[in-house]
Amino acid sequence: MSQQLLRETDPDLLAAEYPGPAASSEEFPAAPENPRWSGAAGHILRLLQQTARQSLRQPGLFLAVLVLGTTLLWAAVPAAFTSWPPDTGIPADRLLPPSATHWFGTDSLGRDLFSRVVHGSATSLAATAVAVAVGLVAGSALGLLAGFVRGWVDDAIMRLMDVLLAIPSLLLSLALITVLGFGTVNIAIAVGVASVANFARIMRSESLRVGTAVYVEAARSAGVRWHTILLRHVLPNAAGPVLALSALEFGAAVLSISSLSFLGFGAPPPASEWGSLVAGGRDYLVAAWWLVTLPGAVIAAVVLSANRISHAFQTRTSR
Amino acid sequence: MLRYVGQRLLQGAFVLWAAYTVSFFILYLLPGDAVSIMASGDEQNAVDPALVAKLRSEYGLDRPLYEQYFIALGRALQLDFGISIKNGVAATRSVAEVLPETIKLAAAGFALAVLLGSALATAATFSRNPWVRQALGSLPPLGIAVPTFWIGLLLLQLFSFRLRLFPAIGNDGAASIVLPALTLAIPTAAVIAQLLSRSLRQTLGEPYIEQVRAKGASEALINFGHALRNAAIPTLTMLGILVGNLLAGAVVSETVFSRAGIGRLTVTAVNSRDIPVVQTLVVLAAVIFVVTSLVVDLIYPLVDPRINIGKTAKA
Repeated sequence: MSQQLLRETDPDLLAAEYPGPAASSEEFPAAPENPRWSGAAGHILRLLQQTARQSLRQPGLFLAVLVLGTTLLWAAVPAAFTSWPPDTGIPADRLLPPSATHWFGTDSLGRDLFSRVVHGSATSLAATAVAVAVGLVAGSALGLLAGFVRGWVDDAIMRLMDVLLAIPSLLLSLALITVLGFGTVNIAIAVGVASVANFARIMRSESLRVGTAVYVEAARSAGVRWHTILLRHVLPNAAGPVLALSALEFGAAVLSISSLSFLGFGAPPPASEWGSLVAGGRDYLVAAWWLVTLPGAVIAAVVLSANRISHAFQTRTSR
Repeated sequence: MLRYVGQRLLQGAFVLWAAYTVSFFILYLLPGDAVSIMASGDEQNAVDPALVAKLRSEYGLDRPLYEQYFIALGRALQLDFGISIKNGVAATRSVAEVLPETIKLAAAGFALAVLLGSALATAATFSRNPWVRQALGSLPPLGIAVPTFWIGLLLLQLFSFRLRLFPAIGNDGAASIVLPALTLAIPTAAVIAQLLSRSLRQTLGEPYIEQVRAKGASEALINFGHALRNAAIPTLTMLGILVGNLLAGAVVSETVFSRAGIGRLTVTAVNSRDIPVVQTLVVLAAVIFVVTSLVVDLIYPLVDPRINIGKTAKA
């Protein structure tokens, strides 16, 4: 069964031996485990596995995976990476330059900057994850609907998406923040909504592509219901490009969220987000270069890594 | 030709109407009660009931939904987007007052971006030294990944505070525009460089390049006379979005350098939840996008005579 699912989700293999897998799996919907989700999930897992293997051969990609992995660990277990507290400082140690004891130096209150970056990564990455999830779920749903139902529904949804694309995403996020209010969650939602159009576009083109494939036609003429076709054929096959876009949007969301929290729309002062850490260093540009430079470098490294990984996904799926 | 332009103008008008409608729904209908948001300002508690009542009748928010929308749309057609909550002048006026500053900044930033981006792309593609090619080729992904506010602060640190070459803040004089424009230019230049070098590589593989080479043209003529012009087209297509992004970049750049402009105005308007001003800015962004797209479509045939816009109108 799993072998069959694996084959079913691979367009190259399918083209080679149509209509075997698609039709027969409909005839025998034997499913102790839920086959609908294992289809899409299996495909994504396989992609991740391939990318991980590929990264061993490409030093750039390996570094990107390493950077993202490290920041994810920072977010999960910050205490394992630094023994300094993020919120309480030692007044005598204020504005110390980077050293062996304080890797990123200390701020104006004597707080260890590296510790603040490490502890702040949970907030920043969680906000990013929420943003990508909002864009992914809403955008994919709209794109699937447009590509699958076609007709006026398609026209209406895609014209709306075109309008969203005509407004710069940062401005759209700012407009949403005006009504949603400030705070990390609201920033994340606003950034996510601003990325809906990108996901909708790619999901629509994928579902149009898959929707006309011969095996979907076969499934349809075999009397398979539309939602089963969506979940079993369209979604798993669209997973690759959407995953590549998700990685790209992850990087973009880190940038947008840090920009918005830099502008002061994020969590209020005691909390440490990457963007607000940079903003906090603005007043000490002359006295303490590290306060702006180092947290900003962390943001840049994370975005660069996400873009590199997205590129790897793209080359994988486009072959 | 004229028919084509007319068609595109109609499309543009549709986008503007839709942008207005979307922003109206987001800003006035989504929160349930736009007036108390505006009246509450920065602090989200103290709401003055008298102010709320006054604003409510002023915006006609006591009327049914569709009526509100059509009244607002009718006013918007006369360029009336409401009164700014913060200083009581028309929202369009407070935007128009600072718009010239941002146009200056965006124009300078855009010119720099095109210059930097195309220089980088041509150098990275045409260089014979593989090391140089590799090094230059790795710059655009870096430029795209780096946060704009960070670039601005680093430039500020280096050129204003260390080297004291340029003023750190303000709008006075030509020197004050250099660093903000550079901040704005770097991410855009990175995008231009990436798009352009990709299509340059593709163009150099085309048969007609071999043909020109076989005829004995110099490498310089091939590269700059033939390849670059054709390779510019995919980049040109992205121009509408790039110009829109300049506007978003201005929000950050103007904040970092404390410059007056619509970017700064956006931040203060969001901060004071000044909905009429925010809506004016959103619609303005859509106007800029529509105009740029139209201009791009009209200059396609100048770059590539094979593109006949009368025909592409149908495609």
